[in-house]
Amino acid sequence: MIEKNLNQIFQARIDSEEKIEARDWMPEKYRQTLIRQISQHAHSEVVGMLPEGNWITRAPSLRRKVALLAKVQDEAGHGLYLYSAAETLGAKRSDLIQQLLDGTAKYSSIFNYPTLSWADIGAIGWLVDGAAIMNQVMLCRTSYGPYARAMVRICKEESFHQRQGYEIMIALSKGSEEQKAMAQDALNRWWWPSLMMFGPNDAESKHTAQSMAWKIKRKTNDELRQAFVDATVPQAEYLGLTIPDADLKWNEERGHYDFGPIDWDEFWQVVKGYGQCNKERIAARRKAEEEGEWVREAALAYAEKQRIKKENQKTKVA
Amino acid sequence: MNKQQAIFDLALWMGDNTLILGHRLSELCGHGPILEQDIALTNIALDLVGQSRMWLSLAGEVEGKDRTEDDFAYYRGERDFTNVKLVEMPNHHWGYVIARQFIYDAHHLAILEQLVDSSDQAIADIAAKAIKEVQYHLRFSSEWMIRMGDGTAVSHEKAQTSLEDLAPYIKSLTLTDEISTFAAAEGIGFDAGRVEQEAWATMQKVLEEATLKLEPSEYYHKGGKQGLHTEHMGFILAEMQSVVRAMPGNTW
Repeated sequence: MIEKNLNQIFQARIDSEEKIEARDWMPEKYRQTLIRQISQHAHSEVVGMLPEGNWITRAPSLRRKVALLAKVQDEAGHGLYLYSAAETLGAKRSDLIQQLLDGTAKYSSIFNYPTLSWADIGAIGWLVDGAAIMNQVMLCRTSYGPYARAMVRICKEESFHQRQGYEIMIALSKGSEEQKAMAQDALNRWWWPSLMMFGPNDAESKHTAQSMAWKIKRKTNDELRQAFVDATVPQAEYLGLTIPDADLKWNEERGHYDFGPIDWDEFWQVVKGYGQCNKERIAARRKAEEEGEWVREAALAYAEKQRIKKENQKTKVA
Repeated sequence: MNKQQAIFDLALWMGDNTLILGHRLSELCGHGPILEQDIALTNIALDLVGQSRMWLSLAGEVEGKDRTEDDFAYYRGERDFTNVKLVEMPNHHWGYVIARQFIYDAHHLAILEQLVDSSDQAIADIAAKAIKEVQYHLRFSSEWMIRMGDGTAVSHEKAQTSLEDLAPYIKSLTLTDEISTFAAAEGIGFDAGRVEQEAWATMQKVLEEATLKLEPSEYYHKGGKQGLHTEHMGFILAEMQSVVRAMPGNTW
């Protein structure tokens, strides 16, 4: 009875657009949904450092090298804010990381695709960050306060990343034939996986209905995907590149672009762990974790020694 | 020998050292032992590559042959790079990376402390900007030397071995040649003897707290500035220059 009332009060607060804060009562399932979503998001930022990090050492100008380094560093920062947001819900960062390493936690499947040329760095900034922004702008208004506030900061940086990626694409598409071919090839490979980033169609999405009711999500996967396509097609036209979809055309009646069917078999293959880079990405994270173990132990041991030293000094003074 | 040549020589040396060390650190981005430390080390990489851009641009300006920072970074071969061998050494493990950084930072700061008063305004300006960053680099690497030295037996051993392995590479940071001696005499460059003294004083103070030991090595490796490098250098450049060299003449 009490639980039922609490649930009603909670839903009323959500409905009146109040933000839920860390100490507020919340249904256990709301908490768990958020921990799952925020930690997946954090893992995506951290794993997302790898495909782009792959090109830092080969960036073709020092300006690009610095920009890419700064971008990948921002992603590490986003990972940190998000792990902190998850911690406000009672999760422990070390447990969350362990779930990533043992494969029980998911992260965005897009990062299981390989980065094969410099143009991929442009395409990722333009398309992958572009798709992420669609989702993240919505999350700035999500019902859980700490998550919404983390997203505001992240969104600002992400939109800068997207412009940076698009600027790489402009340079390539206005460059030599070779560079333009490189840009087109990157678009061909990243277009469909970017559309898949929004997740399954609404009818297939198991979490959407509840998440919408709790205003964790405010737009459905298909709405966000459509908004992304509508925003991106003119950008591709400006670059003089062709989106690899024969069915893509403006639908006057709907006021949106129609686009061809997504290969959901490919989507599920990657989600289930059989993408090109799933194993390598997790192996890279495990390696960093294992090789860092003695470093973390040293830092803890030193901090403990310092603490004891301080305590001894206090005792002496007393 | 004239002042322009001395400025060019110094700017190129500073630019090459910061570029190659920044590049080495950039290899670690996304692979750090703790997310916070990944961010910190990437910060240092960013600072160093940023400084390199200023130094290499200055080298291009005084040379007067229209070479840009990217011409220097991407279109020179190994024998034309003047950096010390220390900065080429691979990222074996966190302890080695930090020890390499610590040695470089201590010298880098001592060099910049003199260059801020360079008689050449462009050098003094770059040094003034860089010095704030390098003070932080040294603080970061010193703190980690202390944590490792006074942490666990494993971390102590790793830090100590790294210092010993790197010891023969220290002296080359303060070797002089005709042109650097001229630059120092003209007030353009730095007095290497003073840098050596100050850097060692800085290092010893930190290492004492870290319970680690470092002695000047009786034998040391020369050659970096003359374009003779370690076996690692060719691979660094092969990787760094691969895209640009595969499609030369393009704008990126």
